[in-house]
Amino acid sequence: MSAYTRTQISELARRSLVRTARQPAQVIPAITFPLFLFAINAAGLDAAAELPGFPAPDYLTWIIAVPFMQAGLFAVAGLGADLARDIETGFLDRLALTPLSRTGLVSGQMAGTIALGLVQGVIFLAIGLAAGATFDTGAAGVVVLLALEVAIVFAFGLIGITAAFRFGNGEAVQGLFPLLFVFLFLSTMALPADLIENDWFRAIAEHNPVSFMFSGIRSLFYGGWDVAALAEAFGVAAIISAIFLPLAVRALNARVVRT
Amino acid sequence: MSSSQRAASIEVEGLVKQFKKGPRAVDGIDLQVAPGEIYGFLGPNGAGKSTTVLMLTTLLPPTAGSARVAGWEVATDGARVRESIGAALQEAALDPFLTGREHMRLQTSLHGIAKAERMRRGDELIERVGLSDAADRRVGGYSGGMKRRLDLALSLVHGPRILFLDEPTTGLDPQSRASLWEEVERLSKEDGVTVFLTTQYLEEADALANRVGIIDRGRIVAEGTPAVLKAEIGEPSLEVVPAEPDRREQMAAVLQRFSAGGDCVHHEHGSVGVRLKGGDAAMAGVVRALDAEGIAVASLQLHAPTLDDVFLDKTGRSLEGSGDDDEKAGAFVADSERAVEGTPA
Repeated sequence: MSAYTRTQISELARRSLVRTARQPAQVIPAITFPLFLFAINAAGLDAAAELPGFPAPDYLTWIIAVPFMQAGLFAVAGLGADLARDIETGFLDRLALTPLSRTGLVSGQMAGTIALGLVQGVIFLAIGLAAGATFDTGAAGVVVLLALEVAIVFAFGLIGITAAFRFGNGEAVQGLFPLLFVFLFLSTMALPADLIENDWFRAIAEHNPVSFMFSGIRSLFYGGWDVAALAEAFGVAAIISAIFLPLAVRALNARVVRT
Repeated sequence: MSSSQRAASIEVEGLVKQFKKGPRAVDGIDLQVAPGEIYGFLGPNGAGKSTTVLMLTTLLPPTAGSARVAGWEVATDGARVRESIGAALQEAALDPFLTGREHMRLQTSLHGIAKAERMRRGDELIERVGLSDAADRRVGGYSGGMKRRLDLALSLVHGPRILFLDEPTTGLDPQSRASLWEEVERLSKEDGVTVFLTTQYLEEADALANRVGIIDRGRIVAEGTPAVLKAEIGEPSLEVVPAEPDRREQMAAVLQRFSAGGDCVHHEHGSVGVRLKGGDAAMAGVVRALDAEGIAVASLQLHAPTLDDVFLDKTGRSLEGSGDDDEKAGAFVADSERAVEGTPA
């Protein structure tokens, strides 16, 4: 990568970070809403941990994985909305008139979202531990957890970027949010697949990519290192990225039609 | 103009843009703009002005024809064209969460200006457009005029030889408009920058442009200096407001008898206009004819020919309010089709 490309990416990343930090309406819900849901679930469903075969030591340690996944959903909405605004205001045309490369444009835009994902990860972990969740994998586990959080936010962020370039307006991108929420609920979010009684729900939850991500996150909290679960979680994030990166670039090529 | 400057900055031949789901937005236009010239591209909403600018700035591939900007073909040498031009497109394209100075930093960096030079260049341009006091404030709190001035400054960071300004003063108050005109004139006269300026304001084209191209429905219907275009019209126009609004049609029928050509124009504010055959001398005849029909007049004004008269003469319509619906439809088509017919850089 040339020095010039690095400068392009770092300046766009800086802009992305500054813009994210200056939007409390985007940052505060992205942190408080998952914690709010975490608190409700942890308090209301704690008896689920007493079910035979429940794998986690307590329900709090099970449900703490949910805010980490919700960060991915907020990445779709936040990044998508920011990019859609750039399209609507013509800022994307301004960028297209500079020698900025397409790689630089996509990479730079991600920075703020990834930084927010890291902040979310640290806060969720700190609050989870303070509330009494166990964490069996120590300091190395924290590093892996934050790396997995970045991978999840990156993968979901690409969905937001694709949608923004494809639809070009914030409302359409925001429309994806409830759809992705359904994916979250149709997973092992609340219970392990073995304990889901309804057959169709269990079948969906077992194959839902989100469930693999949950397993990877949870493996760091209890039961010691589980390389297979982590590989599946990172693998799912990589597959989503591999699918949506070319789609994002294709949508970008269609949106920015400079000769 | 010296011989070295004679080669045109912008040369357009038979340029066409046909949208798949819409009209032929630009229908075979030819034009040339000389170095250092301010070329006013005047037309109503939806005439094809912005589509032309998007093509000339490489942001929209032409359907047919050729366009050379700074000596480079827009269809095949896009990157070279972009190096040579600056552009402030419709709506100031700014990030409301960044300050003016942060915009400058981003723009100078993306243009590859050396680190040591970035701050100096940014500060110089911010001062030039009179935004030094507001440079560290977020752009979301700027007025429309301040946003436009910052937009202009950003388009100049890499020292372009050619500047495209797409309706730069739309929505601005008179003071902000005058301030921007002053800066554009300075760029042309002192720095020798070629300016291609689209506008729907007659007075803007009249005051700023060395030459004007009038575009309507994708075609250039007249081109020349404002003075020559107006002189070609010759006859002045008469604008009359009836004392009784419901007698407007009857009054128009009387005025039509004195027309130098073309139908009377019904203005939105209630008046009727006509290009007056015989000039000033015909005024008395008009007054007598209205009196004979018993039509009382609230006001009566004789205007020297304007660019609106030129537009009226060439198209049969007044520039004011013309083409609003076309613009809305055209803008929608242009926006949606830019997202589906792209070609990779």
